[in-house]
Amino acid sequence: MNRIHNLFGRKKENILSIYFTAGYPSLDDTTQIIRHLDAAGVDLIELGMPFSDPLADGPVIQESGQKAIQNGMSVKVLFEQLKDLRSSTEIPVILMGYLNPILQFGEEQFIEKCVGTGIDGVIIPDMPLPYYKEHWEQLCRKKGLSNILLITPETTDSRIAEIDVNSDGFIYMVSSNSITGSNKAMDLQKGYFERIEKMELRNPRLIGFGIHDQQSFDNACSYSNGAIIGSAFINHLSKEGTSADSIQKFYKKIKP
Amino acid sequence: MQSFNPTEAGFYGEFGGAFVPEMLFPNVDELQREYRSIIHSDSFQEEFRALLKDYVGRPTPLFYSANLSSEFNAQIYLKREDLNHTGAHKINNTVGQILLAKRLNKKHIIAETGAGQHGVATATACALMGIGCTIFMGEVDIERQMPNVERMKLLGAKVVPATSGSRTLKDATNEAIREWINNPVDTHYIIGSVVGPHPYPDMVSKFQSVISEEIKAQLKEKTGSSEPDYILACLGGGSNAIGAFYHFIDNGKTKLIAVEAGGEGVHSGRTAATIALGRKGIIHGSKTYLIQTDDGQITEPHSISAGLDYPGIGPVHAYLHDTGRAQVVSVTDAEALDAAFQLSRKDGIIPALESAHALAYLPKMKLRKDDVVVVNLSGRGDKDMMTYKKHFEL
Repeated sequence: MNRIHNLFGRKKENILSIYFTAGYPSLDDTTQIIRHLDAAGVDLIELGMPFSDPLADGPVIQESGQKAIQNGMSVKVLFEQLKDLRSSTEIPVILMGYLNPILQFGEEQFIEKCVGTGIDGVIIPDMPLPYYKEHWEQLCRKKGLSNILLITPETTDSRIAEIDVNSDGFIYMVSSNSITGSNKAMDLQKGYFERIEKMELRNPRLIGFGIHDQQSFDNACSYSNGAIIGSAFINHLSKEGTSADSIQKFYKKIKP
Repeated sequence: MQSFNPTEAGFYGEFGGAFVPEMLFPNVDELQREYRSIIHSDSFQEEFRALLKDYVGRPTPLFYSANLSSEFNAQIYLKREDLNHTGAHKINNTVGQILLAKRLNKKHIIAETGAGQHGVATATACALMGIGCTIFMGEVDIERQMPNVERMKLLGAKVVPATSGSRTLKDATNEAIREWINNPVDTHYIIGSVVGPHPYPDMVSKFQSVISEEIKAQLKEKTGSSEPDYILACLGGGSNAIGAFYHFIDNGKTKLIAVEAGGEGVHSGRTAATIALGRKGIIHGSKTYLIQTDDGQITEPHSISAGLDYPGIGPVHAYLHDTGRAQVVSVTDAEALDAAFQLSRKDGIIPALESAHALAYLPKMKLRKDDVVVVNLSGRGDKDMMTYKKHFEL
């Protein structure tokens, strides 16, 4: 049982997960933003590890990643910043990023560092399921690190069943056929959301991509255990800054 | 056409595979399931071969260059891919993929392009088949390859500038992949090189393998032997190189030499020589060698040639390099320019800057009089006239 399991054990609905890019807007903002999000009442944090070529991301996350890399962010620097994470907060934290920087850091060392700093799970969108099973699964299970898998409106029922068996913690439901930060109308996805609801998966589900305000958050929550906000939060940080007040203000916009 | 294959999951040794996010899984999975049976079917082969012959203009000649042979003291042949319709080898692949897209009932085509040759070849095939297409091209490349941008537009393609990152081929590829994520059902992505997730490297290799198929037959006719001593090809992503190598990979005799873009020098910090500097990693859904920082950020490459300005190489080339089957070397921007000038003046052929890299390796080889050398002249130089004009002060 890690902090993700505990969260979904005690809370079944309206879970708010926030994604932001580590090292943005400034290199040393990472841990402060985590503390402010925790204080504001956010349930879960997805910490993005920036990559030069983020295939699944829209302009907002791309640009924040590019800035973070320029600021000096890397997997190594991030673990340095996180070394005292658990002295100040118990909020579940997931690292999210592409496989290449992790390969260069060293996969086993990466898993060790996650566990050592108190990271609860990972989302690595471009890591294929067979690759995870061969290279990661055993170690992740042993160390209690959750691997969270994604599904999309085009994922077939049989593959969703396979993903449900292999995902740990929750399933990340991508709201539409899109990259992050897109505003494809969520109401068009009713059929997809209802289809997944009826499948009675063993994992809880969070909906992400395109969630940006109270209305889209509430809508997503009506079909799932909660929702994930990324690009809209990064936009907010760019405009309003990283202070406790600014982050509290953002939280109140989503959950008045 | 079936002699050299990756594993079922698309691996050449440890290289290749399909490292794609779930958003791309259905698209890639559909291609993986369908491509072999479609492209090996009789009806497909019949239509493909007929178009290569009557539309593309194949077979392309194998030209014995008496002038280069005397200059470099060997028997030098040029495989004239520059004489293909649209001026490069790229159309071999786009004709194949458009026929595949039709059989998969796709309604729209997207593609990335560097030098613009693949973009033009895609726009051409789409015009022929009456399918709409969108071409992603780096802002920097749009500037330096303007004639090709204008050709694509005339052919009816929409050209979208890639404004992220280094604004060259790598970023155009990122943008095309993102477009594919946004339109997963009715859109086919025609990748122009042997890069990307499985099955692209294998599929593009097979469409381009017609080059070496022809070289074999033509050499046999001209020299009595179908096996040359050397084959030279430039290497960016590696589609012309694999096309020229394909049917020689299993023979023990022919030395395969791939020439990368050294840019301003391999250690200048401004280079696209992937094998010289790269480490193993993942780029555009495939495990291969790529130029990257210690932290795993993909580096912005440099080459005077837009078509070689790519920080990775196809996984098949990573494999051929690691197993020692192919030798990967590099030449600089300046050496490529000299070679382009020389071929223009000696043989009356203006080569593409990409192809000039292969020619530029000739002076560095230790050749014997009776060595048979085939240089794959992958494209013509019309698109590079602005660069040539500047450097040769015409």
